[in-house]
Amino acid sequence: MAELIVTKYIDVPGIDTLDVYRAHDGYKALEKALREYQPEQIVEMVKKSGLRGRGGAGFPTGMKWSFLPKDSSRPRYLCCNADESEPGTFKDRMLMEKLPHRVLEGVIISSFATHVHHAFIYVRGELAFAGRQMERAVSEAYNAGYLGKNILGSGYDLEVTVHRGAGAYICGEESALLESLEGKRGYPRLKPPFPATIGLYGGPTVINNVETLATVPPIVLSGAEWYASFGTEKSKGTRIFCLSGHVNRPGNYELPLGTPLRVLIEDYGGGVWKGRQLKAIIPGGSSTFFLGPDKIDVPLDFESVAAAGSMLGSGGVIVFDDQTCIVDAVLRISEFYRDESCGKCTPCREGTFWMVQLLERLEAGHGKSSDMDLLVDICDNISGKAFCPLGDAATSTVVSSIKLFREEYEFHVRTGHCMVGPRARQPATTTA
Amino acid sequence: MISQEAKQRMHAAVARYPVARSAMLPALHIVQEEEGFITEEGINAVAEVIGAKPDEVQSIATFYSMYFKKPAGQYVIKVCTSISCYLRGCDQLLEHLEKRLGIPRGQTTPDGQFTLLTTECLASCGTAPVLQVNNEFVEDLTTDKVDALIAELRRQPATTAQEC
Repeated sequence: MAELIVTKYIDVPGIDTLDVYRAHDGYKALEKALREYQPEQIVEMVKKSGLRGRGGAGFPTGMKWSFLPKDSSRPRYLCCNADESEPGTFKDRMLMEKLPHRVLEGVIISSFATHVHHAFIYVRGELAFAGRQMERAVSEAYNAGYLGKNILGSGYDLEVTVHRGAGAYICGEESALLESLEGKRGYPRLKPPFPATIGLYGGPTVINNVETLATVPPIVLSGAEWYASFGTEKSKGTRIFCLSGHVNRPGNYELPLGTPLRVLIEDYGGGVWKGRQLKAIIPGGSSTFFLGPDKIDVPLDFESVAAAGSMLGSGGVIVFDDQTCIVDAVLRISEFYRDESCGKCTPCREGTFWMVQLLERLEAGHGKSSDMDLLVDICDNISGKAFCPLGDAATSTVVSSIKLFREEYEFHVRTGHCMVGPRARQPATTTA
Repeated sequence: MISQEAKQRMHAAVARYPVARSAMLPALHIVQEEEGFITEEGINAVAEVIGAKPDEVQSIATFYSMYFKKPAGQYVIKVCTSISCYLRGCDQLLEHLEKRLGIPRGQTTPDGQFTLLTTECLASCGTAPVLQVNNEFVEDLTTDKVDALIAELRRQPATTAQEC
């Protein structure tokens, strides 16, 4: 049984309330941080722990915090990125709904560490209950003196505002989140400058994912060395893996980084459902590349998944069985990026739209043999050329599916229908 | 009708931020709660409270997918159709719902009770397929569960947006 760190006590009844949370180590880390450490020492501790961002990019958290300039004429802010919208990902929602105080305690300690006096929790609009849980936790914390002026007599002040989004995947991109929080359309900003230098209202801003922040209290309570004793050399600690798709037991599973994909899918997920075979896996949310079944033993850490040809990403592991038409699945994934593209830059706005048109044509049986190369060419014109990572994300499953399952695309062109799945038929003739 | 109480809530929202304009999204949510969709009166109210031009408020309202441009039903059903729900049969459930409600996706029933929409990933992939009714989750869907849900909702008294 894996040691639970960020999801410890998640099943204790009432753990989402202040009293029960306090009875289970709640806010002990905050007390320890305020009483025993200087802010800079907390930053060093988080650096030493090896904690890396859990939203998708995996940037070292302590290092990100240390990028804030020592002097700035504008106030500093911290934003908790709770805009969880990456298909296949559902861990942050669980943390906010079931452990809102742990998330909040992480926000408070991290704000203390980075000399921030006003923090925002940007919750995507569709997560109404999660937003209410965070609001209630904030209210309870104010009443108990964990927020506001002179927290626990330390002299440290912090205000927290829970901010509700209104439906936009792009607002999970940190610079678009800032635009949205400033009351504008969620168009990404040019980077550099990065939010650490010029962020919210132009001031130095820390932006971290919900799970990243929720990991800070356990690190403070039990120490950086203890946290770093889990995981691999470059991917320390544990993380929540979100298992979904064609498995018997989909759900959130907190496991040490480096756990093999097979262990997650078979031991925890109960294996591929309906007695079927594994066809493909997306390891880190739909913005990451497909892996074939030969990669089932890949350790789930940043380096190993990258070496296998994909990314650890958001931890959203999506499993596809052998009755899945890959072309239809990629069409569905691509519709997401077309719908969520903010429209600011031409490669992404036009490219995502065009790719869906081509995939629709291929799936419907009107595709041309040149369509696959055209798709790859469109992806090449988006990747690295779009204004923000959403464009790149839109290309991942398209290029990797053409690479791994080209014969399935060619089958659609040749016969006019799917090779497998509910719309597969025997071809009427064997000639093209 | 944007009530005085709603305007007060908008002012309270402004007070939570260092810059008034940051209350734009919360204020638009208040309009939608009051009117059921983003009305012209609502846009003007937000503009006045925030200190922005109505055009600017309109531009924000049209960017975010949760704000409706026209009236919606008493119960807005959003069915997730992203990849993990697709893999667990959301398309068949959506077709079933269309038959049950007698409307295609994107439409509202003639009696104004139900609006049926598709939506992108709702962060509930572990309990797929899922839908939301007025932003509250109904998970681990089956056709039986969907039928029971519609029957339950049909038993509720009909209200208009303003009375909610």
